Amino acid sequence: MTRLVLEGLRRTYGPTVAVDRVDLEVAQGELVALLGPSGCGKTTTLRMVAGFVAPTAGRILIGGKDVTSAPPYGRDTGMVFQGYALFPHMTVAENVGFGLEMRRVGRAERDTRIAEALRLVRLDGYGERRITQMSGGQQQRVALARALVVNPGVFLLDEPLSNLDARLRAEVRVEIRALQQRLGLTTLFVTHDQEEALTMADRMVVMDHGRVRQIGPPEELYERPADLFVAGFLGRCNTFRGRVESPGTFRAGAIALPCDGGTPGITSAMVVRPERVAIDRTTGRLPGRIAMVTYLGGLTDWHVQTDAGTVLVTRPTPTDGDALRHLAPGDPVHLDWSPAAGRLLPDENPTDPTTGVSA
Amino acid sequence: MGRENNPCATVPETAPWGMATIRAIIWRGGVGAVFAVVLLPMLAVMWLSFFDQEVISFPPEGYTWAWYVNAWEKRQFARGFVNSLQLALLASAIGVTLGTAAAYALVRAKFPAKSFIGTLLLGPLAVPGVVLGTALYVFFVEFDNAFDFQIVATLPGLIAAHVLLTVPWTVRLVAASLQGIGPAAEEAAANLGARPWTVFRRVTLPMMRSGVVAGALFSFIQSFENLELTLLLVGPGRSTLPVEMLNYLEFRIDPTLAAVATIQIVIIGALMLITDRFVNLSRVVS
Ligand SMILES: Nc1ncnc2c1ncn2[C@@H]1O[C@H](COP(=O)(O)OP(=O)(O)OP(=O)(O)O)[C@@H](O)[C@H]1O
Ligand SMILES: [Mg+2]
Repeated sequence: MTRLVLEGLRRTYGPTVAVDRVDLEVAQGELVALLGPSGCGKTTTLRMVAGFVAPTAGRILIGGKDVTSAPPYGRDTGMVFQGYALFPHMTVAENVGFGLEMRRVGRAERDTRIAEALRLVRLDGYGERRITQMSGGQQQRVALARALVVNPGVFLLDEPLSNLDARLRAEVRVEIRALQQRLGLTTLFVTHDQEEALTMADRMVVMDHGRVRQIGPPEELYERPADLFVAGFLGRCNTFRGRVESPGTFRAGAIALPCDGGTPGITSAMVVRPERVAIDRTTGRLPGRIAMVTYLGGLTDWHVQTDAGTVLVTRPTPTDGDALRHLAPGDPVHLDWSPAAGRLLPDENPTDPTTGVSA
Repeated sequence: MGRENNPCATVPETAPWGMATIRAIIWRGGVGAVFAVVLLPMLAVMWLSFFDQEVISFPPEGYTWAWYVNAWEKRQFARGFVNSLQLALLASAIGVTLGTAAAYALVRAKFPAKSFIGTLLLGPLAVPGVVLGTALYVFFVEFDNAFDFQIVATLPGLIAAHVLLTVPWTVRLVAASLQGIGPAAEEAAANLGARPWTVFRRVTLPMMRSGVVAGALFSFIQSFENLELTLLLVGPGRSTLPVEMLNYLEFRIDPTLAAVATIQIVIIGALMLITDRFVNLSRVVS
């Protein structure tokens, strides 16, 4: 049983606070994704767990053991680095076997386990190759095998897919997740790609400026974001600013919009996901005009100019007979959404009057 | 060294005598001129070593191997060669060990006055050999007087002086190769359970091998052909090859020296070619 616990973790670099008061528990076999914009402290957090960065404050426990001041080689972690960090002067098999050698595993068992690990990442037969003779995707899998073969208590990945092209990334993503589940590895995964986090993680941690903004399963973070930052960071959303008029009605300037409950009189922000907005030529509470149409293949984006600002609508592309099929800029339309889709959030910048779309 | 890639290959040839072609010709000519300036003196020395006459004049009266025979028969050259070899090997071994450790610390570790120490270690490269030699001579003499312990004109003293030549080269070349590597592979090794010394031995050292080999080669050459320092610090009976050559020059000017120099050029050239096969020198040095 290997559980990873971070308690009040903090790291400063001079005046910069890279990581601040991070509390997190990763259960045995769970995959937790650390997600956030560049510079928010994801890598620093991961490197503290691996032992490359000493925390300024806080504790790290692996399997109940306090490893806060243990050296990297004294921690039971297996890390996959962003640039893979393979040993260029060794063969594939020597790379994979390095950790076993350090653990004084005998030659015969080592060879068996190397072969097994290479089979696991679908590289059987590549053992004698040199690292320079492997493609980017293959190197990535060597790095995975090298970290997995020692059967680490905690599996750490720092943006392991960022050097791969989009197609390979989607493929390897599925492979990593399958391996992690099959081996039951306690995993901390750093990414700045929200899609990666949404599809792979049991739970996600959204960070900003070194702080944890929200922790929870992907659906919860996407459907019920705790604040505007999380709502805007995960997926796209329409943001309205105003106040709750009565439960279920939100007033943005002169316009009344449906919202999810709320206490009358409270100033707040409301966010609506673009795929939850209904668009129609004739009916709907919010009238407007098409400003822009973007065809995305299976989906279509409509930017609609309304009295409450520009609203983004994303829907499956209409079929040929559909009245929405040939909407063009300037056409009048009506928008609407169910009250449950209008999520009320604390307004972080009450003085900022902007209303609109954020990506 | 040696592995110069064809600069014209990258210049697309559009129209005959277009700008690209003209640029390529100028570029080619420029590269050729630089090579000529570098190579001509060496080729001239090699040519002279075969002239069949004592006082050099053009055109040569004929060609002969006699000067090589003479160089072989004058035992001071062979003795000097052995002395030089011994000195260069020891000074390089010490300098490369110290220089590699220093370069590693300079690139990877954090400590106060780092850039100052870095500059200091490269310092001997910037001081003219005669100045360095004189300073060391005075220092050694003072040291002798103060501690009643002789260094001047001893082999250890000479080796110590030559280490000043070998350390900067090693530091420069090894630091350059380390900078290109980055600490990620070392961290990966530590993460896999390797202790610091194992990380260094199994990962860092092999990865900076080309820098170390190049450092060793250049150290060796620097020490082997050094005249100024050695002249001021060498003890009787331990003259190195360059010193012996200078001594010979005081009495005679015949092509024997050209023959000795040619042998030296051939040996150093061979060393470079062999090294280049193991590590890509042109990559490390540029
Ligand atoms: N060695 C360091 N010295 C000084 N500041 C650092 C150091 N490492 C990180 N920082 C700072 O700490 C903050 C967090 O950095 P970190 O690398 O953890 O970000 P990240 O979330 O991994 O970002 P990215 O997505 O760009 O990789 C940044 O502001 C960064 O500038
Ligand atoms: Mg990072």
